[in-house]
Amino acid sequence: MAVCIAVIAKENYPLYIRSVPTENELKFHYTVHTSLDVVDEKISAMGKAMVDQRELYLGLLYPTEDYKMFRKLHNSYTDIMCNPFYNPGDRIHSRAFDNMVNSMMMQVC
Amino acid sequence: MMYAGCVLQLLFVRHQFKIAFFSELKQDTQNALKNYRTAYNLVHELRAHETNMLEIKTMAGFINYKICRLCFQHNTPLDAIAQFRKHIDLCKKKIGSAELAFEHAAWMSKQFQAFGDLFDEAIKLGLTAIQTQNPGFYYQQAAYYAQERKQLASMLCNHDSSVVYPNPDPLETQTGVLDFYGQRPWRQGTLSFDLSDPEKEKMGILSLQLKERNVLHSELIITLLSNAVAQFKKYKCPRMKSHLMVQMGEEYYFAKDYAKALKLLDYVMCEYRSEGWWTLLTSILTTALKCSYLMAQIKDYITYSLELLGRASTLKDDQKSRIEKNLIKVLMNESPDPEPDCDAAAVKASQKLWSDRVSLAGSNVFTIEVQDFIPFVQCKAKFLAPSFHVDVPVQFDIYLRADCPHPIRFSKLCISFNNQDYNQYCVVEEAYQKSDILEQSSQGTMCLVPGKTRKFTFKFVAKTEDVGKKIEITSVDLILGSESGRCVILNWRGGGGDAASSQEALQAARSFKRRPKLPDNEVHWDSLAIQASTMIISRVPNISVQLRHEPPALTNEMYCLVVTIESHEETVAKDVKLTAGLKPGQDANLTQKTQVTLRGTDTCDDSFPALLPDIPVGDLQPGEKLEKPIYIRCGTVGARMFLVYVSYLINTTVEGKEILCKCHRDETVTIETVFPFDVAIKFVSTKLEHLDRVFADIPFLLMTDILSASPWPLTIVTSQLQLSASMTSVDQLESYVENVVLQTGESASECFCLRCPPVTNSGGVATGCYIISWKRSSPVESVPVVRTVITLPHVIVESIPLHVKADLPSFGRVRESLPVRYHLQNKTNLVQDVEVSMEPSDAFMFSGLKQIRLRILPGTQQEVLYNFYPLMAGYQQLPSLHINLLRFPNFTNQLLRRFIPTHIFVKPQGRQADENSIAAA
Repeated sequence: MAVCIAVIAKENYPLYIRSVPTENELKFHYTVHTSLDVVDEKISAMGKAMVDQRELYLGLLYPTEDYKMFRKLHNSYTDIMCNPFYNPGDRIHSRAFDNMVNSMMMQVC
Repeated sequence: MMYAGCVLQLLFVRHQFKIAFFSELKQDTQNALKNYRTAYNLVHELRAHETNMLEIKTMAGFINYKICRLCFQHNTPLDAIAQFRKHIDLCKKKIGSAELAFEHAAWMSKQFQAFGDLFDEAIKLGLTAIQTQNPGFYYQQAAYYAQERKQLASMLCNHDSSVVYPNPDPLETQTGVLDFYGQRPWRQGTLSFDLSDPEKEKMGILSLQLKERNVLHSELIITLLSNAVAQFKKYKCPRMKSHLMVQMGEEYYFAKDYAKALKLLDYVMCEYRSEGWWTLLTSILTTALKCSYLMAQIKDYITYSLELLGRASTLKDDQKSRIEKNLIKVLMNESPDPEPDCDAAAVKASQKLWSDRVSLAGSNVFTIEVQDFIPFVQCKAKFLAPSFHVDVPVQFDIYLRADCPHPIRFSKLCISFNNQDYNQYCVVEEAYQKSDILEQSSQGTMCLVPGKTRKFTFKFVAKTEDVGKKIEITSVDLILGSESGRCVILNWRGGGGDAASSQEALQAARSFKRRPKLPDNEVHWDSLAIQASTMIISRVPNISVQLRHEPPALTNEMYCLVVTIESHEETVAKDVKLTAGLKPGQDANLTQKTQVTLRGTDTCDDSFPALLPDIPVGDLQPGEKLEKPIYIRCGTVGARMFLVYVSYLINTTVEGKEILCKCHRDETVTIETVFPFDVAIKFVSTKLEHLDRVFADIPFLLMTDILSASPWPLTIVTSQLQLSASMTSVDQLESYVENVVLQTGESASECFCLRCPPVTNSGGVATGCYIISWKRSSPVESVPVVRTVITLPHVIVESIPLHVKADLPSFGRVRESLPVRYHLQNKTNLVQDVEVSMEPSDAFMFSGLKQIRLRILPGTQQEVLYNFYPLMAGYQQLPSLHINLLRFPNFTNQLLRRFIPTHIFVKPQGRQADENSIAAA
């Protein structure tokens, strides 16, 4: 189940981060932040091996779920990027994105 | 029945374990592994109950350890990991007695730690681990369970201090040791699931709880965390490492070792700051603030407060408000209120420390470098222009903005420059009473209102020595508090900005968002860009420099460039100096081939410089005009850049201050140099036929053709032919082009008759040189005549065996006798046999020898005489003479044609007597 969803900028700061309100929010922030280690590693490996660059899903980042979920999230993120009033790099404040994240958290809970 | 089965099952486990252990002794590890696995499965088939749970887990733990160890030994780490996961999944929920839940957590922690050790051991023996699968995760998990143990222990073991340890000790056994691992000492040998003696059971649990109280949990946790840190460091997980260090710091904080806690937290803080994880940073800062409060570390306390009040902090406003009030208290040399959720005893101890600090005099000034974090006061310095003229005051603004919830006063703002002389002009200070600080008036000039940008404008006059230099703001100091209380200097290196401002500036620059309109005197913080340095440039010159000349320049002439300097200054321009010549930085060859002089009357030589620096011109009164001719000699064609630079000194007043400014104006001009004329040289025979070689001793003509290429009229003063020793002239050499004026495209030709004596070498013979003295017909100033020397081409001289010269009148007349005499001259020192024949022509009758053979002695000549009788008028072909030399078959008639005429003009017969007939016609 999805308990926390985050979008991270390429400079590694969070553009959007939301977790199930009942749980310890800070813990999730730390978890998301530490998983960036793996992202860094995977991305640098990608540069070397020139694997299929169109495949954006990096897989599981933390040794502890779902590709479809990633696609959905990524599409929603793309929509935000297409918004002419959104400035790339700003923190995300979007109702549509919130709703989508909510539905993803609800769906599985 | 059931009872016996149970015992039997117990024995199965025991049996398998023994076989496995025996196999291990035999070094039959494969069989050992097989039997351990069977034993492990049998353990979990046992009926578990609260009374035997501990024993089952203990046994499962032992066997699991053996299995994992053998798997690593067989180099099948994935099997080990799979076994361990299965083990954890099976045992995770087997908590056993709820009153002893900490025991389960301790056991879980131990399982992870043991597996971590095994994993690490295997790596030391050559196994390779990866980033997502390394011992660190197991140590981390072990630490997690250790933390859980601590929490459970604090919940379950908080007995009143009146509770005493039971006597007799239920944990004591008769033998001092347990019969079997994992059994309760007070329940040894009992296989029944029922509790036979509830009272005894209670005492046993109590004694275990009381024992747990004495365990130093934090120490265990920290050890496990530091093990994990070491592993993650190895497997390139910097963020995981930071996270664990935060946990370590927090654990030290719980263990009341605040100094160590602060050290760890301070170390990792910057990583979270640089990556912009504000929630995490705020959490770390909050813990750090507590630590610094409890240790009464004033400087750290202020630093963390500054950042917690800043824009990166995610604290609620009420929290920020509380922190700000505390900060103000500290600035007034009072003790701050304790931080929330701190240990009561520790707070008491720290209050004592704070009151000591307050009473202690001295060391009350703290300088805090704020560039590296995100303080609640933002600062940006901006020079109004990237450069200032020295006669204009330098102006810059300091923008300040506070992000804290309440307005804050400061006592002083001062700016330092790379030239410290300016520091004194850029200070804002306001003396205020000690009591004023709490009175949060937003009126004063020295008050920062949250969310509003304050602008301070400074102005100073730059020193004349700094012309051409950069003035840089090296630091901005904002002083909070006062000397009497506590003084905190916020120091920004350079022109302000902090750890987050560059990213913010980048985002602001990318943004297309339209900003709301603000009143005139306010600015958008994001749109402000730091400009921490400016250039001091010289005063704008108020003189004009004009150049008058007639381009292009002609090669080697003294080209005149008239420089006109006119002063438009209000006062006297003193010490005017002129620098003129070739602009430096061009091709080095140009420097060699360009000379500049002030004296145009003499031709300059190569020793003259290409640039004349600092020619003193004297003073220039207002409105005065001065002309200065400069002469330039360009030795080669092509474009050159010339620089004319005029500098002078002048007194001006800036802001009531008199300064002596140095001004200068420069002009550059590109002058093209061209050849004044092209000279073409031709050798022709006396018949004006082109010669590619000349014949020894036979006269030939040298023709020169001067074609003017200059756009200006040229005067050829004179020309001169200087022959080399091997050439002689046939007649007087004199110039035919003296004082000839050539317009563009016009040409002047001369012709000289020369003779070349025989030479021994077969190569070319130097002819000599042709010297043209010339000048512009209308120079700007009187200039000397230029002598251009043209080296004449070499000529190939060839000897011929026989020279034939014809002696005949310049024209003939129809039916009138035309005598022709041919001189045959032997040029060799051999006797020549010559066959002479005359071919008849239609236009002539002739008398004389038609064919003859004669012999000519060396150096002598023979004459052959003919009498031609022209029959037709016009330009007629003469009967052609053929000569055949028996010794020199190469001597052809073709060659002969060069020397003797082939045609002659024949005039018609005069008709003086028949004038009437013309009239009739």
